[in-house]
Amino acid sequence: MTRRRVLFLVALLVLLLGGLSWFLSRAGSHVGHSHQSGEAHATGAPAARRGGKSITDTGIEWPSREKIWRTVSLADYNTRIVFAGVTALGAAGGLVGTFLLLRKRSLLSDTVSHCTLPGIAMAFLIGESMGLSGRSLPLLLTGASITGALGMLAVAAIRAKSRIKDDAALAIVLSVFFGLGIALLVVIQHLPTGNAAGLNQFIYGKAASMTADDAQLILLASLTLAMICAALFKEFKLLCFDTDFARTQGWPAVALDLALMGLVVAVTVIGLQAVGLLLVVALLIIPAAAARFWSHRLGVTILLAMTIGATAGLVGVAASALFPKLPAGAVIVLAAVVCFAVSFVFGARRGLLVRWLEQRGVATRVARQHLLRAIYEWCESHAHNRHADPLHLLEQPVPVADLSAANDWSEGRATRLLRLGSSEGLLAWTPGSKTSHLTARGKLEARRVTRNHRLWETYLLHYADVAPPHIHHNADQIEHVIEPDIVNELEELLAGGEGRVLVPADPEKPVPAMRGART
Amino acid sequence: MNWTGLDTWIVITGVLICMACALPGTFLMLNRQSMLGDGISHAVLPGLAVAFLLTNSRDIFPMAAGAVAAGVLTAVLTQMVQRFGQVESGAALGVVFCGLFAVGLILIRVASDKVDLDADCVLYGSIETAVVDVNLVPRVAWISGGLLIFNALLIAFFYKELRLAAFDPALATTLGFNANAIRLGLTVVASVTTVLAFESVGSILVIAMLVVPAAAASLLTHKLHWLLALALVLAAASAVLGHIGAITLRRFVGGLFGQSDLGATSSAAMMAVTAGVLFLICWLVTAVRQFANRRRVARDSHRS
Repeated sequence: MTRRRVLFLVALLVLLLGGLSWFLSRAGSHVGHSHQSGEAHATGAPAARRGGKSITDTGIEWPSREKIWRTVSLADYNTRIVFAGVTALGAAGGLVGTFLLLRKRSLLSDTVSHCTLPGIAMAFLIGESMGLSGRSLPLLLTGASITGALGMLAVAAIRAKSRIKDDAALAIVLSVFFGLGIALLVVIQHLPTGNAAGLNQFIYGKAASMTADDAQLILLASLTLAMICAALFKEFKLLCFDTDFARTQGWPAVALDLALMGLVVAVTVIGLQAVGLLLVVALLIIPAAAARFWSHRLGVTILLAMTIGATAGLVGVAASALFPKLPAGAVIVLAAVVCFAVSFVFGARRGLLVRWLEQRGVATRVARQHLLRAIYEWCESHAHNRHADPLHLLEQPVPVADLSAANDWSEGRATRLLRLGSSEGLLAWTPGSKTSHLTARGKLEARRVTRNHRLWETYLLHYADVAPPHIHHNADQIEHVIEPDIVNELEELLAGGEGRVLVPADPEKPVPAMRGART
Repeated sequence: MNWTGLDTWIVITGVLICMACALPGTFLMLNRQSMLGDGISHAVLPGLAVAFLLTNSRDIFPMAAGAVAAGVLTAVLTQMVQRFGQVESGAALGVVFCGLFAVGLILIRVASDKVDLDADCVLYGSIETAVVDVNLVPRVAWISGGLLIFNALLIAFFYKELRLAAFDPALATTLGFNANAIRLGLTVVASVTTVLAFESVGSILVIAMLVVPAAAASLLTHKLHWLLALALVLAAASAVLGHIGAITLRRFVGGLFGQSDLGATSSAAMMAVTAGVLFLICWLVTAVRQFANRRRVARDSHRS
């Protein structure tokens, strides 16, 4: 990823987010009247209570066609705000989360988000005791940032200065800070001033109540985060993939690490209001983990993670606008989990399916090579005239039963192998026949495979000091992955040595006269 | 300070629960699965919701069964995502518990017409209301005592296997003990403990007690039996001091707002905080000890 491409990426983001916020401000100026109806719409009419007993009776009301249209076309001002805010949040989460995942610190986001609770509670208490409104958002978010950062630093300190392991450090800080938060929250709920009701929304989030100011805050913050990440892209990349190298190159690794964790705190804090502290974690972990199945390149992974995060946000908001009963935060997370599951199976680089196909390919190649070498060895040991032309050596029909007996193959395995060989045109065999013989291509291939195996065996015997009983086994493991270059090298190394006689000639080169039989 | 019988029961229950959690927690910490407690505490929600939807009751048995099933599901799914997806263990746990928690929230909301269950009761069950009981000995004290004895017996019985699996899983497997199975068993015990404790004291105390006393003890000793003993002592101490801390806190905050005493506070949460304070003290002790050692070594080498 060159700097120019990074700049392009940033420009794209700026355009996108700028467009969104312009769209918002324009919408706000002339649809003042629809604001009211939008709010009513977002909170939704209370669903009719039903007394049914069955589980399938969920009490969900299907939205009318008009309502679906209104949501999809973003007709409501409120929906539009929530869409913009949550989309930006999802993208920011994917961006920062990818770095976090690569640092193997995904759960740090969980700890940081729990650590914000005491900050919120303390900010509320301070605000109330000083006679201010304890619910002013900037005050609460400042408190949240402070304790979030403190928690992050505490984890770093425990990790660096004691022999407590990573996961234990995270769990300790999480539980102690969250415990403090809950202790304070319970006290607050029993305060005489008694307007603490709003604090609960930080735990579960309340995307539907997002105001234009909130959305703009999220947009601005995401933009800033994206710019920081773009500016420090190279440094973060180095930090993620090789911290020690970064340190030896003179980069301030600790400071960069703290900067990265600071970004995590920032995403957590701006996500608190929208999706709540329990679920903002999901936006930092899941899109990044899902994107990683698709690419080995950092830039691509980040873009994908941002897309997945933004999509999950969109789906969640749409679903909760259509079904007022569904909690938006949870639907967002669920959408992200679905993306993860799809990537898990179908991901183009690390997906289950791709890796399964790869493994099957390797298994087929190994099986084919085993079969060919088995046939070669049988032919060799049953040759009437051992000094004959090696290509004639391989003309003989090979009894299947002999092959199976010599290699301890079950009948099923032998059949499977032969079917594979005949389907690839390497040998002539019809199901049920007792013998089989190699085709012209099969002969060449069999000689090549056996040659690789014996070259490697000879090398091990003469140069690697491997005890003879282990040689066959070792050669068996590596012969399937030897590159042609290495084969040539081995050949030169062993040329003139006594190993020469063991090794069949290279099928691609003119056949030299064999100087002796296999000993 | 007017100490009542209720306060005594809160402390007794707290001590029992904290000790019951510290036992499996020590092994979780040694296995580097400390965050599992947090994961399970989120992931039990769908288990509770499904159990409730199926049985339409809030009996303890179906609820506990659902929650334990969800806890085990968390552990198994995490391991599967980690192994088959080559996802780092922390991220795997994060994906699984976030997903399950979201499912739980949706289930509860969707069925809220019938379900008298909300996420709060799982996240902060309260020890204060749990000890209010018609019986001489509150039910929650019986449960926590039973849990402690159950865990202690299990750990005494499988001590050797657990120790082996914690310190050298590869050796354990070659010796014929399936380290994975032992760990899964530990996970099951942890989720049973977590779930039963939730119902009475809330999740935060459980998450804290699963790891904090064990971690604090691990700073002070290298021997496993001392580790367990110290973790138990620290857990009990944080329960006692935590309740006193809770009373102090509500007086302090009440004082801020011109009242002598606020009616309520969360002892469970303060127990978690106290455990953190004890951890901090242990950490300082080791740091001072290390510093003194280093000075002594420096002085000795200077002399010679």
